[in-house]
Amino acid sequence: MTLHEPVTEPSASTTSTGTAASGGGLTIRGLHKILGGRTIIDNLDLSVKEGELVSLLGPSGCGKTTTLRMIAGFLQPDEGSIEVEGQEVSHLGAENRPSAMVFQNYALWPHMTVAKNVGFPLKLRKMSKTEIKDRVEAVLELVSLLHHKDSKPARISGGEQQRVALARALVQEPKLLLLDEPLSNLDAKLRVKVREDIRRIQQELGITTVIVTHDQEEAMSMSDRIAVMNAGRIEQYSTPEALYARPETEFVATFIGSMNRLEGSFVDGLITSGPDILGIRPEDVILADAPFAGAVPATVERVVPRGHFQEVYVRRGDTQLRSFVSGELVQAGQQTYAGVRKAMTFRDGRLVAEAGAAL
Amino acid sequence: MSNTPVSRARTASSTRRPPSLDSILRSALVGLFVILMLVFILGPLLWLGVRAFAGSWTFPNLLPDDWTLRWWQVVFNDGALSIAVQNSLFFAPLTVLVSAVICLPAAYAFARFDFPGRRLFLISLFATNAFPKMGLFVTLAALFYALNLMNSVLGILVVHVLGTVVFMTWIPAAAFAAVPRNLEEAARDAGASKLRVFASVTLPMALPGIIVAAVMSFLASFDEAQGTYLVGAPDFMTMPTQMYSLVLNYPTQVAAVFSILLAIPSVALMLAAHKHILGGQLAEGFQIK
Repeated sequence: MTLHEPVTEPSASTTSTGTAASGGGLTIRGLHKILGGRTIIDNLDLSVKEGELVSLLGPSGCGKTTTLRMIAGFLQPDEGSIEVEGQEVSHLGAENRPSAMVFQNYALWPHMTVAKNVGFPLKLRKMSKTEIKDRVEAVLELVSLLHHKDSKPARISGGEQQRVALARALVQEPKLLLLDEPLSNLDAKLRVKVREDIRRIQQELGITTVIVTHDQEEAMSMSDRIAVMNAGRIEQYSTPEALYARPETEFVATFIGSMNRLEGSFVDGLITSGPDILGIRPEDVILADAPFAGAVPATVERVVPRGHFQEVYVRRGDTQLRSFVSGELVQAGQQTYAGVRKAMTFRDGRLVAEAGAAL
Repeated sequence: MSNTPVSRARTASSTRRPPSLDSILRSALVGLFVILMLVFILGPLLWLGVRAFAGSWTFPNLLPDDWTLRWWQVVFNDGALSIAVQNSLFFAPLTVLVSAVICLPAAYAFARFDFPGRRLFLISLFATNAFPKMGLFVTLAALFYALNLMNSVLGILVVHVLGTVVFMTWIPAAAFAAVPRNLEEAARDAGASKLRVFASVTLPMALPGIIVAAVMSFLASFDEAQGTYLVGAPDFMTMPTQMYSLVLNYPTQVAAVFSILLAIPSVALMLAAHKHILGGQLAEGFQIK
């Protein structure tokens, strides 16, 4: 049994702006929410194409979970519209929305077996017993948990509970799958596996998915596009690659990956004093034993072994830079030449220039 | 103290050593304590059991002089006594039912909604238990005379339900509050109406607490004597109120028989509740985070 007709391949386009998806998917316009006198969501627009997996990524308190709960129907937006496959849903209760949610702590009903948990949404849809049984078994097969169908949730492991929660959402054949921090309660190894499982199943079913997460690695590795949120707004909405290579704001640049943040200007490959903020990725700081174009002498201050690479702190005067070095080993105290390959210039928090030194 | 060397020796050369004086003394003391407690708890019950089958039992003898079932006949043939049994079995379940209908919605409201005066209401439920019962019943009786509720089924029911309000509200309120909200949200998300969420998720998960409250209410009603006597006697005698006249008017053996009868429902309920709550799947509901 197939749960979904496979939809067209999730688009690999790298448009960095969220244009309205036509027809399918999710479209949010002008979403606004005030809770306890504080603006939690501030005029938020988001569109997710059919079959696309989008992450809402941000620090805690940025409003990502609030947004998800409004999409699911547990919170009523003060203003704005939420459309799923072209149908306005913001006036509907959670029980009447075409979305299904996987909760952070799974929210499995402890008094029901795994099969009963997964079958409950179908029971509510008044399906026949045999049909429920078939569908439940098919979806449990998909998440490889058929052998646990008669177990109680308390008797299976966290990762398995997580997959039951996913199965319970998938069995509803939702038009929109919502996952709230789906991996945060799993240990590191399992997290990688489950994240790949979720991505694989999402691709197989071609199901439009929104994931809330605070973990950038998780978002980067799973998503077609990532919406980075801060203080109730979307800072940037792009593909993972674009987000890293071309962050539009200083917040995104510091939140995604690591960055050297300096005050100054970047002129002809050299850092000079100036009013702006410079963002330099550690991998764009080049170290060499011999002088090269754009390089200045510097001292290695500290070396942190990180396995397949070294994290090296170099200093020249008041300026400290962090660099990722692989290959030959560097010693603390050693003299070196440091050059900056690429720097982003931010003014008032927004990216204004991106410059590379002539190497 | 010789404690340290002993425990060090134990960790060093495991279990093959003969038990030390220390541990023998300790188990002897524990054994003595257990026996004393058994005598203290079971002794009176044993005496009661023997008494119910005793013909005459004179002082120095440890066992009765002769055995008889006469007292059981007396109880079962006495019309007043069997009516008392019937009355008790009528009022106790009815009290639980009425109390549940009144208190469970209140418990849910206390658990799930924040309304003005919530804490005050919750605390004031203790008022009936905070004052001497007899004082409360005397004022209640004055009110009942005015309302013409003396010697009526409704009057007794009010007295009984009053005694159960605290259990029937506080325990289920705690049980409802302990049901995680996102379990209810997950059911909403799956497509369940609010009523269905309550029936399929909230209620089953709160059921152990509700059952405990119901058992306690049943027993409270079954044992309630003072108020029932004041409001119902002599028209409506229940088992506990009948006990008063038994003790005064019959040989002690009849009172013993009656006590045993009075204890049967309590013991049966306790055993059933124990089996269903502690042993059953309901207990598992409390394990999940």
